[in-house]
Amino acid sequence: MIQAVGLHKAFEGVPVLRGVSFEVPRGHFMALVGRSGHGKSVLLRHLAGMLRPDRGRVCIDGQDLASLGAHELRRLRRRFGFVFQGGALFDSMTVYDNVAFPLRECMRLEEEDVSRRASEALARVGLAGAEGKLPAQISGGMVKRAALARALVLEPELIFFDEPTTGLDPITAHAILELIAQCHRNLRFTGIIVSHQIPRIFEIVEHVGLLHDGRLRFVGTPDDMLASDDEVVVAMLRGDDAQMEPRRTPGPRR
Amino acid sequence: MRILDCLETIGRAALRAMRRAGRMGVFLGGMVAYAVTPPWKPRLCLRRLFFIGAQSVLVIALTGAFTGMVLTLQGFYALSRFGSDAFIGPLVALALVRELGPVLAGLMVTGRGGSAITAEIGIMRIGEQLDAMELMGLNPFRYVVVPNLVAAVVAMPLLSAMFDVIGIWAGYLIGVRVLGVSGGTYLGEIAQYLETRDIAAGVWKSLSFGVIICWVSCYKGYTCGYGAEGVSRATTQGVVLSSVLILVWDYFMTSALF
Ligand SMILES: Nc1ncnc2c1ncn2[C@@H]1O[C@H](COP(=O)(O)OP(=O)(O)O)[C@@H](O)[C@H]1O
Ligand SMILES: [Mg+2]
Repeated sequence: MIQAVGLHKAFEGVPVLRGVSFEVPRGHFMALVGRSGHGKSVLLRHLAGMLRPDRGRVCIDGQDLASLGAHELRRLRRRFGFVFQGGALFDSMTVYDNVAFPLRECMRLEEEDVSRRASEALARVGLAGAEGKLPAQISGGMVKRAALARALVLEPELIFFDEPTTGLDPITAHAILELIAQCHRNLRFTGIIVSHQIPRIFEIVEHVGLLHDGRLRFVGTPDDMLASDDEVVVAMLRGDDAQMEPRRTPGPRR
Repeated sequence: MRILDCLETIGRAALRAMRRAGRMGVFLGGMVAYAVTPPWKPRLCLRRLFFIGAQSVLVIALTGAFTGMVLTLQGFYALSRFGSDAFIGPLVALALVRELGPVLAGLMVTGRGGSAITAEIGIMRIGEQLDAMELMGLNPFRYVVVPNLVAAVVAMPLLSAMFDVIGIWAGYLIGVRVLGVSGGTYLGEIAQYLETRDIAAGVWKSLSFGVIICWVSCYKGYTCGYGAEGVSRATTQGVVLSSVLILVWDYFMTSALF
């Protein structure tokens, strides 16, 4: 179970999160939508314990992340999967080694099992044949799929996806969402996915949150969201930005 | 008012410098602590050793040879004024073994290896690769910092020994073939005047330079700012800081040890 209580975060005095609270029960999948620069990635980083909130707390299975030492946090994270917006593949390793890395380093499997599971994971995302390539030698869509394979290969209980389909062609994007939905059905992981694939994303999640201006403007089921008459929600669904002036221009990002 | 503003600015700068030094100190502590506790990554260490050590051999050989040659020319010029040009051998050997070997090898490795370490780690930082490791529950220090430390500490004494030997040999070539010192004198006087403690001093120096190079380069990469500009700035700062620290530390070691 993922629980966020009153998260506040400011960078150099500029508030990004201004009181975010929600809960994702075990085995449920939640979509996080909202405009760029409104703090979705920052929120995910807090949930994974990579950023500490200025105020508020994050609990995973009832355990407050702030109360964990570095070592306990690492042990907890072995149960996590995280798909970064940019993939974050290790660029000195081949695609195969990237996927094999967590198997070797976290699970210490025999090379035989590593090879079987890594090949399986790569085949599942349609990357069989690209094993020997370096991340710089494959397309953006392939990088995203390799990152997905790396996150799924350990069959984690809890996965965060940061825009796994942004910047992909519609066919690949559709295939990846289908793959994520299928994994969710098989593995029953607890997950949060940041996505702009509205309304396609609503078919695979149980909850939706709309992050707007550092707060969750809406949390509920997809059906509730589609029925909502909140002006920001409606604008988001219509893709109409008249109501949703950007708060500020995005600052520097890593 | 003016004076107060001025004082405030100075104070703030001093605090910032101290904070930065403190962070670097913590980084050094972590680096050493993780290096002496398992799990180790011998494969990665070997790969880094190849990069920092083996691939620096050519540049060390070249700089060693020319340093030995120019040292012989200059030394011979000075010594022959006092009529003591027979001592050219020990002059070249002592200067190389105690001082120039470790320092120049350290500067060359900083330029070749240190900059690459900073750039590599910096790119991993901005590409969120270090975060990705953290999120797998792994400690990036063990994968990107400790192997560099092991490699630098092993490679530096060997490289500076190589620098010394090639420098002395090149000095022999110039001294004996060009300047006409007898070969027996050149080598014989070295054997008489070069002591074990001179060699030990050189080894200690090069070991500590290895630590400095790895420490500064890794720290700068680890804490680089945003984007390509952040990496390039970190790389420049890393090379400059590491070179300056080598020379400063060299002075203190020399004055403390001898
Ligand atoms: N490490 C950081 N330092 C300073 N500002 C940051 C940092 N990370 C994010 N921000 C700011 O927080 C805001 C939200 O960013 P982000 O969460 O990446 O947005 P998105 O919803 O598109 O994922 C942006 O304005 C960004 O500039
Ligand atoms: Mg984002």
